[in-house]
Amino acid sequence: MTRAGTTGTAAAATEARQGTDGASSVVRVVVNGQPRTLPAGQTLAELLRAHDLDPRLVVVERNREILRDRDAFASLALEDGDELELVHFVGGG
Amino acid sequence: MATTIKVTTPEALDLPFTVAGRAFRSRLMVGTGKYASNEQMVRAIEASGAEVVTVAVRRVDLDRTKEEGILYHLDPKRFFLLANTAGCFTADEAVRYARLGREAGFNDFVKLEVIADRETLLPDPAGTIEATRVLAAEGFKVMAYTNDDLITALRLEDAGASAVMPLAAPIGSGLGLVNPYNVRTIKHRLSAPIVVDAGLGTASDVALAMEQGVDAVLLNTALSSAEDPSRMALAMRHAVEAGRLAYLAGRMPKREIAVPSSPTSGMLGG
Repeated sequence: MTRAGTTGTAAAATEARQGTDGASSVVRVVVNGQPRTLPAGQTLAELLRAHDLDPRLVVVERNREILRDRDAFASLALEDGDELELVHFVGGG
Repeated sequence: MATTIKVTTPEALDLPFTVAGRAFRSRLMVGTGKYASNEQMVRAIEASGAEVVTVAVRRVDLDRTKEEGILYHLDPKRFFLLANTAGCFTADEAVRYARLGREAGFNDFVKLEVIADRETLLPDPAGTIEATRVLAAEGFKVMAYTNDDLITALRLEDAGASAVMPLAAPIGSGLGLVNPYNVRTIKHRLSAPIVVDAGLGTASDVALAMEQGVDAVLLNTALSSAEDPSRMALAMRHAVEAGRLAYLAGRMPKREIAVPSSPTSGMLGG
């Protein structure tokens, strides 16, 4: 399996599609309501980095469950069908 | 011999504003929404002297390269960030937002809002009570936004609210305290701290609200939509202190007859 590097998501996805194990080389996930195709094995930490997001300032909900352990983001590989919500604080009353 | 004049400050004449055991130096809480710029927001908040600052929980914008989160502009060590559940229309949705806010934030306080009507933004009493019960059981310190109805306020206190926040008028309306009697009654009947939230427009509104004996007020649009938010923030800071001190001082009774302030005796002979 092609392992995604720390390069941009699109480049990593291309690299993943060129892998030898066909169907399993990508995962389809939904991030903040948007469908995304990611290289199989991409971790949550890599996804955040690809969007220039500081993990300390973002809360991640995966399939309706809040991920409390930010240290685990680096080892959490996203799975096909995952629904992610990435939220943060904005101005409000 | 000159008399020594003792200078007193509002802090020396009053107890701190306390919610769920946490004491705050200011009785003015402010929101962070709808400012023309983040710089304008920060200046207004600093002028207000507020310690508690409300924020909303929203999706990050994945298409933006520049980070727009509020934590890039407000130092969480200087301000007590109070996450709200604004925009939620059901108890379940508000509970979900509260949990995300607690995870994003720095405390287990939440400003709970469950809205019932998109036009008036009036709160849903049943949904707010239900969400209060769930969140209080999870250890949240719930500050519950509600209408100015005594019975709903009592039910929220029973459900475990750490503070009850009746509106002065609809959110963003600036109409001022439309029913001082209701707010005063809520303050008399509940033990939980009472914060007037929403609808206050200018300094006299804030002073009038504080004169009812409530513990604090929360403002957003009154500052962000003022022509000069920083100057209005300073006015509101003084209004909170003035109204609070007037309440503590105890106003004179109202009379519908004139009573002279100068002696009636000692007048010159005709």
